[in-house]
Amino acid sequence: MSEINREAVAHLAQLARIEMTAEELDKMAGELDVIVDSIKTVSEVAGDDVPATSHPIPLTNVFREDVPGQTLTNEQALSGAPDAEDGRFKVPAILDEE
Amino acid sequence: MTAVTDEILSFEEAMEKYDPVLGFEVHVELNTRTKMFSAAPNVFGDEPNTNVTPVCLGLPGVLPVVNKAAVEYSIKIGLALGCRIAPSCTFARKQYFYPDTPKNFQTSQYEDPIAFDGSIDIELEDGTVFTVEIERAHMEEDAGKLTHLGGATGRIQGADFSLVDYNRAGVPLVEIVTKPIVGAGSRAPELAKAYVAAIREIVKNLGVSDARMERGNVRCDANVSLMPKGSTTFGTRSETKNVNSLRSVERAVRFEIQRHAAVLESGAAVTQETRHWHEDTRTTTAGRPKSDADDYRYFPEPDLVPVVTSEEWIEELRAQLPEPPAERRKRLKDAWGYSDAEFRDVVNAGVMDSIEETIAAGATPAVARKWWMGEVSRRAKEAEVDPAELGVTPETIVELDSLISAGKINDKLARKVLEYVLAGEGTPSEVVDKHGMAVVSDDGALLEAIDAALAAQPEVAEKIRGGKLQAAGAIVGGVMKATRGQADAGRVRELIFERLGVQG
Repeated sequence: MSEINREAVAHLAQLARIEMTAEELDKMAGELDVIVDSIKTVSEVAGDDVPATSHPIPLTNVFREDVPGQTLTNEQALSGAPDAEDGRFKVPAILDEE
Repeated sequence: MTAVTDEILSFEEAMEKYDPVLGFEVHVELNTRTKMFSAAPNVFGDEPNTNVTPVCLGLPGVLPVVNKAAVEYSIKIGLALGCRIAPSCTFARKQYFYPDTPKNFQTSQYEDPIAFDGSIDIELEDGTVFTVEIERAHMEEDAGKLTHLGGATGRIQGADFSLVDYNRAGVPLVEIVTKPIVGAGSRAPELAKAYVAAIREIVKNLGVSDARMERGNVRCDANVSLMPKGSTTFGTRSETKNVNSLRSVERAVRFEIQRHAAVLESGAAVTQETRHWHEDTRTTTAGRPKSDADDYRYFPEPDLVPVVTSEEWIEELRAQLPEPPAERRKRLKDAWGYSDAEFRDVVNAGVMDSIEETIAAGATPAVARKWWMGEVSRRAKEAEVDPAELGVTPETIVELDSLISAGKINDKLARKVLEYVLAGEGTPSEVVDKHGMAVVSDDGALLEAIDAALAAQPEVAEKIRGGKLQAAGAIVGGVMKATRGQADAGRVRELIFERLGVQG
């Protein structure tokens, strides 16, 4: 069963801007396919009467009051940045999007 | 990418052949004190990357926590738009790779927005009303702000790198999405402007957003497509992004209608894509094709639990809603007894609030309208500001009017008094005293001036004696000149007739 093929992996890699070699694409397609197939066995147990569950713990309305708290300083914020300028993160330009 | 100049059809011809279909996505930035999912302050204009926490920066291991006030503001927006409020809703991750979101996803809502199925009535300037159906209003977070440097003058094309400020990242947003709006015809551009204006007014009135478009508090994406006249099948749409002034919304919709019409007339198909609006050239240019951009791979946000809204909570929030702007206008119009045209002028001049305050301070509706639509508007136009920003207080108007009623000053003097008041010389009464501006109401002094004027123009005096009462204007003029405008013209007239022994 090939749910995840090479093209799908290449497309996802492109969306995530991750560069992958031909070998990596082949390897990842195979591995992801196994994972997807494994997880699909859940569907055999859960019938139509079982709703899709994204939050298994029955917890709702975890809120915070609207009160300002501790923030990072500009230095702290930028401390992990590969490059910075003018108090801001410096990143390569990504074209054709705005 | 080279700039392509699009062909356009004249708006009139486009309207003869096609019916436009509109759709809007309006993003409203909430004015909560903190961000949507972190306790970082929600403040505009601070030093870059200072209103940030590890959550805003998407650092590993952080957990978002929902701001209760942001949820309540969102519910209020939903209620004000006549929406149903979801008994339970969840957040979702919208995945996209772009440096304005450090997490590589935006936390948003997908299948279950907090509010849905609403409608609002939009009134155009001439009073025509269109009902716009609201598909949904959902909660999400704003992205950081990018500045593109290098290349050609900071425009994104040709930029070498970008600088990112995450102060705005995580600011609470509500995105309001309409259903397709059909049937506006040639009023479509006007309706677009009026719709965005109405949303801005509603959120401002609710107090949930500063609603300043120039700061990006209210941002509009406008969808336009055309159907050939008589058809009911929607055409391919374009989405013009971030049209951020009311005037631009109107112009952008108009331009897109003309552009689509030209494409269709040439026999080609409209491309489904985003468009960028350029205020300088008043045109749009192509952005990315829509199909790729839609590959957001939404999935439920595992770090945030569902929001459940009880009936009690919703009703508590509903009870806090202020009077809707449209109902308030209707109430005030009835109370003031203005005609449709008079009231519309007042609304369009932006002086409704000022008039309401002036009436509350003691003026009659007629007097309040006379001043705000007359002298105050005239001065505001000269100064190129809104009338409400000129600094005229309701108390000043009330005092000017009572000085006129008491016969202390006339209309002409009152306008002069206002000038001194605006120059900071004190209250109207103080100005009158200081400049000795009171009208000459002492009949003795007036008669003296009248006698002088009659003596100076004996032929006019003769005419009046002979029954030509309108000739009295020349004598009144002479008296006004002699008293430097400080006489009550009506009283002067009476005295002239009395003096000459004719019936006025």
